[in-house]
Amino acid sequence: MKHTLVALVENQPGVLQRVANLFSRRGFNIESLTVGHTETDRTSRMTIVIDGNKTQVEQVIKQLYKLIDVLRVSDVTDDRTVERELALIKVHSPSPATRIEIANLAEIFRGRLVDVATDAVIVEVTGDDEKVDTILGMLRPYGIKEMVRTGIISMVRGSQVTARSSDGRLPDAAG
Amino acid sequence: MQRLTGSQILCESLLKEGVDTIFGMPGGAIIPLYDTLFQYPFRHVLCRHEQGASHMADGYARITGKVGVCLGTSGPGATNLVTGIATAMMDSVPMVAITGQVPTYMIGKDAFQETDTTGITMPITKHNYLVMDVNDLARVIKEAFHIARTGRPGPVLIDIPKDVTTNTAVYEYPGRVHLPGFRPRMQGHTRQIRQAARLIESAKRPLIIAGHGVILSGAFSELRAFAEKTQVPVLTTLLGISAFPETHPLYLGWPGMHGMYYANMAISHTDCLIAIGMRMDDRVTGRLNAFAPHAQVIHIDIDPAELGKNVPAAVPIVGDAKHVLEALTDEVASGHHPDWMQTLAQWRIEHPSLALPEKPETMSSPWIVRELYHATEGKAVLVTDVGQAQMWAAQHYFFDRPNTHVTSGGLGPMGYALPAAIGVQIGKPEEEVWCVTGDGGFQMTLEELSILVEERLPVKIALFNNNFLGMVRQWQQLFFDKRYSGVKMWNPDFVKLGEAYSIPSMRVKDVDDVRRAIDWARDIDGPAMIEFVVEAEENVFPMVPPGASLQETIESAEDVAPKMQQVAVAAGSDAGGV
Ligand SMILES: Cc1ncc(C[n+]2csc(CCOP(=O)(O)OP(=O)(O)O)c2C)c(N)n1
Repeated sequence: MKHTLVALVENQPGVLQRVANLFSRRGFNIESLTVGHTETDRTSRMTIVIDGNKTQVEQVIKQLYKLIDVLRVSDVTDDRTVERELALIKVHSPSPATRIEIANLAEIFRGRLVDVATDAVIVEVTGDDEKVDTILGMLRPYGIKEMVRTGIISMVRGSQVTARSSDGRLPDAAG
Repeated sequence: MQRLTGSQILCESLLKEGVDTIFGMPGGAIIPLYDTLFQYPFRHVLCRHEQGASHMADGYARITGKVGVCLGTSGPGATNLVTGIATAMMDSVPMVAITGQVPTYMIGKDAFQETDTTGITMPITKHNYLVMDVNDLARVIKEAFHIARTGRPGPVLIDIPKDVTTNTAVYEYPGRVHLPGFRPRMQGHTRQIRQAARLIESAKRPLIIAGHGVILSGAFSELRAFAEKTQVPVLTTLLGISAFPETHPLYLGWPGMHGMYYANMAISHTDCLIAIGMRMDDRVTGRLNAFAPHAQVIHIDIDPAELGKNVPAAVPIVGDAKHVLEALTDEVASGHHPDWMQTLAQWRIEHPSLALPEKPETMSSPWIVRELYHATEGKAVLVTDVGQAQMWAAQHYFFDRPNTHVTSGGLGPMGYALPAAIGVQIGKPEEEVWCVTGDGGFQMTLEELSILVEERLPVKIALFNNNFLGMVRQWQQLFFDKRYSGVKMWNPDFVKLGEAYSIPSMRVKDVDDVRRAIDWARDIDGPAMIEFVVEAEENVFPMVPPGASLQETIESAEDVAPKMQQVAVAAGSDAGGV
């Protein structure tokens, strides 16, 4: 099953390498991993989507905690979250007619054209990965020339803070 | 405010951390550092190969409980340290490894003797640092020592570019560390301790297995008090040997690949396994799905990631062995288990595992170890290498005193014993230290013999020469139809070799001379070496074949064929190596 983990890490050189290393060394499968700044400049936030059963994911979290630069880790899979991913999709579009069709399609998904050339357009779309998958499916018949997805970022809804110390502090093993 | 160079900051900070001994070798990137070292009151032990320095620091750390420090130059100095750092990582040994690096402005340019040392050592250190600014140096050293010795100990590497050692900064050693991502839990959770106590009280066939964690936390008397109050028999892991007195009536030996038959049976029949400071290594568990099949497991470890990693725990307890055992002993009721003890005693009689003849005809290695035990009255510290001799030493010497058995369990690098013994002897000058090694492993780090003379260390070397890479040969004999591939060795004249290093050396070829040789070595005021020319094709038993379960322990070569057939069917034969 897919799990979404949110990790707060110290903004140290090499921290991404440490996390990536850990995943490859322990044989954990990463579906996607994104890193970016947070509200404070001392920390970065990673959203990691992994595939695994409960025990495997627990082990991932514990191993992440062993990294000195990792401050908190939360498994937000079962929380109510906002999940977003941005995709840029370059679609084959030989005529003005197809361009309009594609633009209309994009609009249904609240996407838009961000670049237009004689025989191609770039569609920008944001959403959870299901939505991105769906629009990709719709665009495929036109011919996708190039595509890039950022990977998921995730935040828990409501006033609760995603990577609180209390829920992250798993290490009381029973928990 | 006083400004110091990076080298001075390093030396001042090492003093603050209580470092008295440094094992290392200089080189281009750390010449300025060595120039400063020269002016400080450290004992610098000049290794002949940086692998030696890393194992020396490891031996020193294991025997003293202090952080061992090793030092190497950039590039090859750093890569030579790698084996010892990985050893310390696998066995949770507190160590700080310091490496030189090319100057900051040359990093990334493939400069002479540049390697990505932090990149190389990332997976084999608890943490590592590349210090790019001399202003960070004092803080980094403070953190490195704190991380190395706190919680589950381990190696920390500090990579210091040459210009950082010569640049200056205002020096102030931080009083405390600020590491919000590193807060190991020491006390066990009360609710889980209560749960564990109830489980132990209701168990019919409880069993303790104590690992290196007990030694690392110094929980010797706590373990003993706990075992005696509950009257639960005690096993140790290989690295846990000497956590509990081996002649104690509750001691039952150690399980696993070369463990005792009755220890393996005990695990296979216990209904409550209390695992303390151990990580369920495959050499201990055998085939996992058949490990402790009837047991509810209480697993105590300071590293939460070990709980449930290989074996599910009914009651996981995160905490330091000493604290948890204290609390658990308070909480649990006294107990006794006469039926269980009776069963265990019966297994022991029927399958003694460690029985030896009064005197063998040939030069039998286990018997020689037993002679060493008698001659030293069990009071020596044994530092053992990797292979058959290591196993025989662990089996046939009985360690009663805390922390007197030093070996590499997790990584198992041949060549560990001699340099580690040097570190041990330096850490505990008053102890009688024996280096127990095979002819193969000895030749991997024998260059460190010079140190015995240079540093006046009375380490005694027991070299078990079978002219084979014995342990591998044993596997080839038992599991590969005796096709001896790459295991036969031509060897130098070890006695002449010892003498070339000014170390009194003797060769023993006859059982009748064994005891005399040991006494001879013990009487020498300084290092000595005995080459025991041992029976070439003796095997270590009992043995759990790779991929087999503990229930499938074999006790002799004749046992192998029938057992291996079942095992091959059950598991395939790719599980692990030597
Ligand atoms: C550095 C390294 N290389 C290879 C091995 C694999 N290995 C394990 S035991 C062994 C044989 C050791 O032979 P020797 O030192 O003579 O000891 P013996 O087993 O004969 O007592 C080998 C090659 C190892 N553990 N470490």
